Amino acid sequence: MNKIYSRIESIVGNVIAVKAQDVAYGELAQVKTRYGMSLAETIRLDKEMVFLQVFAGGRGISTGDEVRFLGHPMQVSFSDNLLGRIFDGAGEPRDGGPMLSDNLITIAGPSVNPYKRIVPREMIRTGIPMIDVFNTLVKSQKLPIFSVSGEPYNQLLARIAMQAEVDLIVLGGMGLKYDDYLFFRDSLEQGGALSKTIMFVHTAADPIVECLMVPDISLAVAERFALKGKNVLVLLTDMTNFADALKEIAITQEQVPSNRGYPGDLYSQLAARYEKAVDFSDAGSITILAVTTMPGDDVTHPVPDNTGYITEGQFYLHGGHIEPFGSLSRLKQMVNGKTREDHRSIMDAMIKLYAAYRDTLEKKSMGFQMSVWDRKLLKYGELFEQRMMDLSVNIPLEKALDQCWETLAECFEPRETGLRSDLIQKFWVGRK
Amino acid sequence: MTEGIVTAVNGNMVSVETDGNVTMNEVAYIETGTRSLKSEIIRIRGNSVQVQVYEITKGIKVGNKVRFTNELLSVELGPGLLGQIYDGLQNPLPEIAEKVGYFLEPGLYLKALSRETRWHFTPLAKVGDTLQRGMAIGWVPELHFRHIIMVPFDLYGEWKLADILPEGDYTIDENVAHVVDAKGNTKPIKMWFSWPVKRAVDCYSERLKPSEPLVTKTRIIDTFFPVAKGGTYCIPGPFGAGKTVLQQVTSRNAEVDIVLIAACGERAGEVVETLKEFPEIIDPKTGRSLMERTVIICNTSSMPVAAREASVYTAVTIAEYYRQMGLDVLLLADSTSRWAQAMREMSGRLEEIPGEEAFPAYLESVIAAFYERAGIVQLYNGQKGSVTIGGTVSPAGGNFEEPVTQATLKVVGAFHGLSRERSDARKYPAIHPLDSWSKYEGIMPQRAVQYAHSFLERGAEVGAMMKVVGEEGTSLEDYVVYLKSEFLDAVYLQQNSFDPVDAAVPPDRQKHMFSLVLKILASQVKYKDKEDAREFFYDLRQTMLDLNGTPEDSEMYDSLYAKVEQALADRNPEFENRGLKAISALE
Repeated sequence: MNKIYSRIESIVGNVIAVKAQDVAYGELAQVKTRYGMSLAETIRLDKEMVFLQVFAGGRGISTGDEVRFLGHPMQVSFSDNLLGRIFDGAGEPRDGGPMLSDNLITIAGPSVNPYKRIVPREMIRTGIPMIDVFNTLVKSQKLPIFSVSGEPYNQLLARIAMQAEVDLIVLGGMGLKYDDYLFFRDSLEQGGALSKTIMFVHTAADPIVECLMVPDISLAVAERFALKGKNVLVLLTDMTNFADALKEIAITQEQVPSNRGYPGDLYSQLAARYEKAVDFSDAGSITILAVTTMPGDDVTHPVPDNTGYITEGQFYLHGGHIEPFGSLSRLKQMVNGKTREDHRSIMDAMIKLYAAYRDTLEKKSMGFQMSVWDRKLLKYGELFEQRMMDLSVNIPLEKALDQCWETLAECFEPRETGLRSDLIQKFWVGRK
Repeated sequence: MTEGIVTAVNGNMVSVETDGNVTMNEVAYIETGTRSLKSEIIRIRGNSVQVQVYEITKGIKVGNKVRFTNELLSVELGPGLLGQIYDGLQNPLPEIAEKVGYFLEPGLYLKALSRETRWHFTPLAKVGDTLQRGMAIGWVPELHFRHIIMVPFDLYGEWKLADILPEGDYTIDENVAHVVDAKGNTKPIKMWFSWPVKRAVDCYSERLKPSEPLVTKTRIIDTFFPVAKGGTYCIPGPFGAGKTVLQQVTSRNAEVDIVLIAACGERAGEVVETLKEFPEIIDPKTGRSLMERTVIICNTSSMPVAAREASVYTAVTIAEYYRQMGLDVLLLADSTSRWAQAMREMSGRLEEIPGEEAFPAYLESVIAAFYERAGIVQLYNGQKGSVTIGGTVSPAGGNFEEPVTQATLKVVGAFHGLSRERSDARKYPAIHPLDSWSKYEGIMPQRAVQYAHSFLERGAEVGAMMKVVGEEGTSLEDYVVYLKSEFLDAVYLQQNSFDPVDAAVPPDRQKHMFSLVLKILASQVKYKDKEDAREFFYDLRQTMLDLNGTPEDSEMYDSLYAKVEQALADRNPEFENRGLKAISALE
């Protein structure tokens, strides 16, 4: 029988303290206030005092409110019934559907034994040429999308959710604007992807503590599906909000801040989530794509900086497209040798020529005269942006590669591309 | 045995009330009912003891019983370490996987060394011999090594060998010998013993000055910023600059007997690459797989933070153990910043007064003490053994002005600073030739290295100037210096770690190539104009790059080498005096 305590000793920010016995670190409790019931998690024990972080926040809690300990840590229901459903950060339905309470699993479980990991080997097709051709996404990869506020990163995530060839999508929203949440829901519904999607959404209006739960819940669910053989893609947006929530709570807990107010364990906290990405040797996999907005477009800000040390590359989303420079998928060479023989070479050639186009563009803007070669590059650059970089393009990898060859043929002579002659023999458009 | 009761839990720090005797850094187990969780005492105040727990603390309750072991955090030392993959507390990860599957299980601790394996023991000491700790009593073959069975490092004083087993196969738990001291106390000796990780092993007669170069087969390191056997070096760099790749390449190619890889708080995926690749790669020196000379200590970023701190100590203790056998050991720690962060986390929970960027005030002394465990020593039997430590540093924002980088720079003998600028330009290894330094003597004479380095400095100056005044505003003379520095960079500093030949360049080949490069640097040729000079160097560069990819024992190598020499001779060069001296220093 769970004891009920009806005297709250202190309320500081979102943290309350009660005198209680036999409470485990991490245990969950229910706090009954006049505004309704809220979950709370034990975050510190000190003699008979138990400190709890209240999911709904400290506002409106009275010292006389009831606290009931549940005897277990934070859990989430796991079954196929989750598919197509939308929940909040506390795991409660947000879509008006029934509450799920069967087959509860504990979130934030232990880490995978490094010895049981395998070398990544399969690509995930997204139909987006900038990803498939130039920065191939690999099963079990963890990649952030570095961006700034105002860029269409959520649109990009939604496209990936609809187009990626995976069994299941788990979307974790942190600090989402309400309209962004609606955007995700509606576009996934229209795209017909909702039925293979599970959403855990914390909106900007929700209590900050719930924001912290979103990655853990999303990844715990993803992990179970992966163990059942599913290839799961976890989309998180926006991890900077998650880090800011960590900061907010650390500061109210009077922890010594390290860098720009963020807690000293920011790296470990982020790594604990990102490292859930895994390919189980004889089951499914988890791949993580996470939006990280860079405050002030500064990549040395603690959140993108720590993220960069953890993840396997990054996509830069700038000016409405994935930047060819700076974006990097560290695992791409593990898969792009097996797709099609021309993949690696054409990838390099296209990027080199695009870099040359950028130089020409600079020269042009400074008023230099354009040579024949410059004009070729200008034409090429425009076509490249149109056919490859536009985010609305949705074509399979092979077609994208063909388009690369077509574009080259439209703009250049074969020898101007620096491609190997045997590839030119085989793939150059208009030559047999 | 002392017991206690949990009174508070805060993250991975737990407070315990006890009235018995406890020791600083002693290991304690917290009994949650279902599990016993390993932890270490980090502060004692009266009856209240603070411990850091090496596991997730979820589930611990106030009132849980705590068992103190009266032992410091230790590792098991004995045959069977090579080729193993351990976590930070020396649990064998493959066996854990066999037992519990995909996930690590809190509270599951396994023996580091197999108690079943039988080793073929050959005695070396005779009954009646006077022995000290660290001295050999016998040996067993461990893979292709002669693994010396030593008097345990904690048997202080003088002992006489009372009895010893004859040659034969024994498990490590059997008493292979007994020793007796002047007072008649007898101690059994097994083939393994434990040693506290935070105490440096000090069973040697003398510490020597590191003077012999440690060959890494990476040109920019061996030639320009060498590392010495028994020395220390650090590799700071922003993310994506190639720290881990450089460490991987070094772990593969370094000319040492044993390599310890401490993957401390970094990506698990990178360890997996090493795990899967090393058994496949054959070490040309021994003809055995690389894994057989490697021990991996793996505490990746999502594994418990406190064990991350332990992992670097576990690694260095194993390194010291093999050093005691007269071997050269290289310890690669990736990354020491994660270890420092683990200290910062704990310091915050202890509510210590924070230093810079909230790192604890003792950060510098702890880092210094760690690197000081490197060294080359003369053992009691006159043999030499060494531990070399190379640590990566991951500075926040890629800024070297942060506490961990600065504290590390104070104590290391060589600094290989990676730069974002060079890695963005795909110039690998991205060690910055102007920022980096080394205090050790390498395989090349100082004079030759300095001469080559002077071109890099002057070339950088000209390059900076050219950005302002443009190519046309630069004199031909300056422009040639610039071309020479670019040439040196492209053909000698940069190295393709994916090319089978270029990836590992032995010292002799480095010397052969370096003398050619020096000749080109020292040459004074009358160029028609800048275009002419540029074409000349571009041609040379192309041939040199081909040369870099050609095995040295081939005709192709000789003909390409001759081609470069001929191209230079065709221009009827004169040679700078300083350059000639540099070249002759090399010969």
